[in-house]
Amino acid sequence: MYAFAYHRPTSVRQAANLLGKLDEAKIVAGGHTLLPTMKQRLAAPANLVDLNGVNELRGIERSGRSVTIGAMTTHAEVAESADVKAAIPALAELAEMIGDPAVRHRGTIGGSVANNDPAADYPAACLALGATIVTNKRKIAADEYFKGLFETALGDGEIVTKVSFPIPQKAAYMKFRNPASRYALVGVFVAKRAAEIRVAVTGAGQNGVFRWAAAEEALKKRFAAKSLEGLAHPAEGLNGDIHADVTYRAHLIGVMARRAVAAATDRE
Amino acid sequence: MTATGIGASVRRKEDQRFVTGRGHYVDDLTRPGQAYAYFLRSPHAHAVIRAIDTGAARAKPGVLAVLTGEELAADKVGGLICGWMIHSKDGTPMKAGPHPALAQGKVRYVGDHVALVVAESLAEAKDAAEAIQVDYEVLPAVVDAGATQTSGVQIHEVAPDNTVFRWHLGDKSAVDQAFANAKHVTKLDITNNRLVPNAIEPRAAIGEYDPGSDSFTLYTTSQNPHVARLVLSAFIGIAPEHKLRVIAPDVGGGFGSKIFIYAEETVCLWAAKKVGRPVKWTCDRMEAFLCDAHGRDHVTHAEMALGEDGRILALRVSTIANLGAYLSTFASSVPTYLYAPLLSGQYDIPAIYCEVDGVYTNTAPVDAYRGAGRPEATFVVERLVEVAARETGMDPAKFRKRNYIKKFPHQTPVIMTYDAGDYHASLAKALELADYNGFSRRKRESARNGKLRGIGFSSYIEACGIAPSAAVGSLGAGVGLWESAEVRVNPTGSIEILTGSHAHGQGHETTFAQLVSDRLGVSIDTVSVVHGDTDKVQFGMGTYGSRSGAVGMSAIYKAIDKVIAKGKKVAAYVMEASEGDIEFKDGKFSVAGTDKSVGFGDIALQAYIAHKFSGQELEPGLKEGAFYDPTNFTFPAGVHICELELDPDTGIVAIAKWTAVDDFGVLINPMIVEGQVHGGVAQGVGQALHEGAVYDQSGQLVTASYMDYQMPRAIDLPSLTVGMTVTPCPSNPLGVKGCGEAGAIAAPAAVINAITDALGHEDIAMPATPQAVWRAAQKARMPIAAE
Repeated sequence: MYAFAYHRPTSVRQAANLLGKLDEAKIVAGGHTLLPTMKQRLAAPANLVDLNGVNELRGIERSGRSVTIGAMTTHAEVAESADVKAAIPALAELAEMIGDPAVRHRGTIGGSVANNDPAADYPAACLALGATIVTNKRKIAADEYFKGLFETALGDGEIVTKVSFPIPQKAAYMKFRNPASRYALVGVFVAKRAAEIRVAVTGAGQNGVFRWAAAEEALKKRFAAKSLEGLAHPAEGLNGDIHADVTYRAHLIGVMARRAVAAATDRE
Repeated sequence: MTATGIGASVRRKEDQRFVTGRGHYVDDLTRPGQAYAYFLRSPHAHAVIRAIDTGAARAKPGVLAVLTGEELAADKVGGLICGWMIHSKDGTPMKAGPHPALAQGKVRYVGDHVALVVAESLAEAKDAAEAIQVDYEVLPAVVDAGATQTSGVQIHEVAPDNTVFRWHLGDKSAVDQAFANAKHVTKLDITNNRLVPNAIEPRAAIGEYDPGSDSFTLYTTSQNPHVARLVLSAFIGIAPEHKLRVIAPDVGGGFGSKIFIYAEETVCLWAAKKVGRPVKWTCDRMEAFLCDAHGRDHVTHAEMALGEDGRILALRVSTIANLGAYLSTFASSVPTYLYAPLLSGQYDIPAIYCEVDGVYTNTAPVDAYRGAGRPEATFVVERLVEVAARETGMDPAKFRKRNYIKKFPHQTPVIMTYDAGDYHASLAKALELADYNGFSRRKRESARNGKLRGIGFSSYIEACGIAPSAAVGSLGAGVGLWESAEVRVNPTGSIEILTGSHAHGQGHETTFAQLVSDRLGVSIDTVSVVHGDTDKVQFGMGTYGSRSGAVGMSAIYKAIDKVIAKGKKVAAYVMEASEGDIEFKDGKFSVAGTDKSVGFGDIALQAYIAHKFSGQELEPGLKEGAFYDPTNFTFPAGVHICELELDPDTGIVAIAKWTAVDDFGVLINPMIVEGQVHGGVAQGVGQALHEGAVYDQSGQLVTASYMDYQMPRAIDLPSLTVGMTVTPCPSNPLGVKGCGEAGAIAAPAAVINAITDALGHEDIAMPATPQAVWRAAQKARMPIAAE
């Protein structure tokens, strides 16, 4: 790790001011990607702006139609939240599947969404549920937000403040873990809302999280696992590595999608 | 026996210290004036070093020294050694290339040691290392054992075709004859995957030099501090043996990887004198992946010849063993004498022939890792046996029974004389514990849930204790493999056991104390075990090869005999009786036929105050030492049965039930033994399902962290059913055989036999990852083409 200056603002405004005036500044939330990268000397920000002192970024609110989660809310808080469990149990289950207890008590939803790791879990939930990413400057629909590997619509100095999830009729997340890292090798989030059905896939795509249109189309006829039988995701555009080549990943997308739909429909 | 004696499942005395974080590991130690070492490592698998410019690095803040192989050579520091000579079939000695502790002119694997920076802080050392300019001429690299001999890449000048030796064992013509007469031949191509040891404590070292006494101290993570001192002084030439103290304090796991004398520890010691400060190095996890000696990595073709009645007639095995870029300390022994002599397994096989080519590649050195050669042998034998049974339509348990050795001692055609065992007993108990008869019902249940269920056996044998010095000497070992012990009884009756064995998780502080408690009738709380310091303990050989029970404790046993004998002499004076009338039992010396007796503690005090025999021939004090050299290897053996369920949709394998029935001879502490079985099985399952070091073709280690290298987790294992059978070992006074490696030896074959049973075909290699299993399950589903 190289030397850096550490800043700990207590409000979003302070944090934004720091980002505006400091050179080579990086936001740190849970730090699970940034800090290991810095330790390996692969990242060397001159300034680190820690959001852990910004209390306004914490907390979960439920309204009639949505659940809104502050950016600095930890995975453990989401997993244990009675509001989330009642409104969107699939989201609580997803949070429970992230990493291990130590990770879940440090890692945050804002950090995950801002980082947009192609194997992270939250991007699949955001995309499938049609979430809105709220920043200190604007609101961004999930469809417009995830731009590629570790790329988002966030501009310079823009801070994710909360993520708002519409409450679906049915939803579930199925994750096939990378055997070593336990990140999603393939994660599929399915959500049925009044207006639409979405199937979002994380871990598999060369450009990060994506929607599987053919599966969504098939589920429109009937929201049941059977509707996906025989439907195969093409291997093109998928990631291949030592744990899963593109053929295996493509196959797993189908398996995880069917299992997610089955879990969503079994919930009643 | 006492409540804390042999056979009692006493709680481990050392665990309070370990689980409350009060252990003292090398990295916990801080020496006055300590500086920090960082190694610049090769980013290339194979390259000529044209030049190294350390000027800019030396000018960096906090830097005390930047040292390269040039300075090492100028100081006449010798290279690292391989201590086991192997001769090729043609009688020529193995072709060992130079192994400098810092690269001299060439690097041969990613992670090879190029330069050392010593600085006031680790961060400054790393900063300076980035400023070192190395001019590399990158050469083509080769990483695969099977490809290196014909690759055209030349790694060491002395070894044409990258071949270190072409070794063989057994009677080739007898084997050829048996194959010519065979009714059936089973053939298998086997890859034994490369593993990274992954002890929880990474290696670490502090080198220290005292100019006043012109002596060195090395604090290091070693399984055998005396062997380290011997090699560092006699071969590498850092200091004379009496001017070098090696201390291996608490060590957090070794699994073999801390037997070896590595570059980093050597360089820290040498640098301490050059810099005039203690030099500390702690390996980080990625360095451990790159540079700890790896395990296994064999490519094998094996054939088994069967007679009419399902009897094994002969075995023919041909192996290429990847030794990595340099020969590590015992690298040459692992795929030769620790491998081929175990190919008879538990079976009466009249003829065996094995040839092994040891080869260089541009990968980390490969050496002993939990089981060392024996897991590879067991995997070959138990896969062949299982497949042979399937091919001949026999139940795998019956096939094994038919071929088991029944009479002991049994001379195999590959060196070993098995001294004791009852292989039928282990199998019978394992079949019962595993509910083998209920398997077909469970298989049908799994099928109803869309799962494939399989069952697999592994009837393993190993040779432990390693071993009689004369035997290993005749096979090429550069050292003897006995053990030493000293029993120091204090005037108050408390006892210190000084042992050449070294504990790094095994629980010696408890089991060794149990032996003393049993023999001397004292509480284990009055016994302490001293090990791991060459200034405290006399020369000893250390801990590996499941030898601390069979060899280390036998030395203690002998020393206790001498303490009792001396105690009788003291007691004779104290009780004014003739020495011949003194008996020792239950912690008391008594005069036979009388009610006169004195406790052990009182005799200890009398021995030291010496009032009763002052001026007599008897010397004061109560302290005895012994060296114990075993008369044979020990032969732990047993049967492990793995039952698992695989999901053909995802390739995920879930182990449903694990049954281990082991014969370790007499058990000192059954709880600790069971723990060793658990750990060994976990590592063996890791090899079978999860672990595999992967190099890409340019020689980069793809699996250089836990992001890509999967260790077994608790969730990957069921609760294990562990049973024991006991045939005492006849070659040592305790009757113990050793238990440290059995699980890792037995498990891989049991897992793969179960997976192939579930799949209905044999085409799967280790590690059987979800991807590999899914692919194999696809193949199982495909309609069988007309043959």
